[in-house]
Amino acid sequence: MSNVPTELKYTKSHEWVQTNGDGTVTIGITDNAQELLGDLVFVELPEEGSVLAAGDQCAVVESVKAASDVYAPISGEIIAVNVSLEDEPEQVNSDPFGNGWLFRMQPEQPEQIAALLDASGYSDTLEA
Amino acid sequence: MSQRTVLYDHHVAAGAKIVDFAGWEMPIHYGSQVQEHHQVRNAAGVFDVSHMVVVDIRGEGAQAFLQYILANDVAKLKVSGKALYSAMLNPEGGVIDDLIVYYLGEQFYRLVVNAGTREKDLAWLDKQKTDYAIDLKVRDDLSILAVQGPQAIATVQSLLSESDRKTIDSLGVFFGVDVAGMFVARTGYTGESGYEIMMPNDRVGAFWDRLLAAGVLPVGLGARDTLRLEAGMNLYGSDMDETTSPLTSGLNWTIAWEPAERDFIGRVAIQSEQDAGVKQKLVGLVLLDKGVLRGHQKIYCDAGIGEITSGTFSPTLGKSIALARVPHDIGGHCEVEIRGKRLAAQVVKPVFVRNGKSMLES
Repeated sequence: MSNVPTELKYTKSHEWVQTNGDGTVTIGITDNAQELLGDLVFVELPEEGSVLAAGDQCAVVESVKAASDVYAPISGEIIAVNVSLEDEPEQVNSDPFGNGWLFRMQPEQPEQIAALLDASGYSDTLEA
Repeated sequence: MSQRTVLYDHHVAAGAKIVDFAGWEMPIHYGSQVQEHHQVRNAAGVFDVSHMVVVDIRGEGAQAFLQYILANDVAKLKVSGKALYSAMLNPEGGVIDDLIVYYLGEQFYRLVVNAGTREKDLAWLDKQKTDYAIDLKVRDDLSILAVQGPQAIATVQSLLSESDRKTIDSLGVFFGVDVAGMFVARTGYTGESGYEIMMPNDRVGAFWDRLLAAGVLPVGLGARDTLRLEAGMNLYGSDMDETTSPLTSGLNWTIAWEPAERDFIGRVAIQSEQDAGVKQKLVGLVLLDKGVLRGHQKIYCDAGIGEITSGTFSPTLGKSIALARVPHDIGGHCEVEIRGKRLAAQVVKPVFVRNGKSMLES
């Protein structure tokens, strides 16, 4: 069974969202997602400063097997990206909720965060 | 109605993630495709390839039949146990399948064809054999293991008796021999040394267990694909199919043009293609920018447009590599379109890794 931390919010498309306490959020892909993809070999990150709407395709994670799109869970501006993934994309496999984070956003409509799935809601989508 | 090999329960017990492959429930990996890839490059791994199809051909007409249906010439096979790689063409010169044929004695040959092409291959063989005095027998009673890697030969030999060990120790590359109730061949699909071993279904489980006990790790079809691509070996259905000629699929070396009087299916078509000048060829690509090459990405060069047939990230080289069908006069560099961006790639001979070593000129 994959790990689904209860303090995070989730999307059906397997992104996780962590609120950082300063109004910003950190986003990555879930343990379940990295397990399905297998060994990651390349991560294409969004541009810092780009402004996205919820649901916009904004990053790509590629394993030896396949490429998979990552979507912005909420609307807002990209304020940081995890550049260490350029050389060590395998951090997404080994630590998907920690060092394997993908990018940080400044939410445009913070109320979108509350509308995301909670851990049990996300777990339900995995069992369906 | 998917099928399972005899080893299915062994795969599950080894932690396999099972996927459908050509109607078979096969292990794609046992935890990490990349680790399994390195295991074969650095030590030894075992693949269950029992889904592949073994066809024994016996009879007075066996040689003449194979000389007619294969683009390579089985008359080259004069020593018992010798193997030959060949394409089987349709009359238009397209590739029906690629296969290995073993010469096992007077009037006795063994073919190993792909699982994904099983039904059409068997139908084709059946259709073509009418004028030949031969008997075809599909050997579904056999399982096949590929044991590959720098330690593969020593490990397999350690499981055999002294006399059996001597028998296979002298086995040359691309030769097979019957030993200890198995057919052991120095062939493979990884670019490493090793054996492919056919044995009765009721014995393969015990042999698998002995290999694992001896330190050989199971390797899934995922790593099989990255290993063969690094080795520059074609995959049927990706790098060639019935719509592509062997001349544009890097298979020129497998076509026996001599003797000129040998009539084989597809000869007329590929001869006229050759005479007119072949327009495309299969090359290797190494991506110079960051990213991953994948099948069907478009190639741009001064001579025109091409397409990637197989692409992946090479675990051994730490960069992305591909096979691509490109204009014949492509230069040393080209561009690959990935998600709307054009990235730089180098054109190389389609052999990236052999015996654990990079074949790229630095």
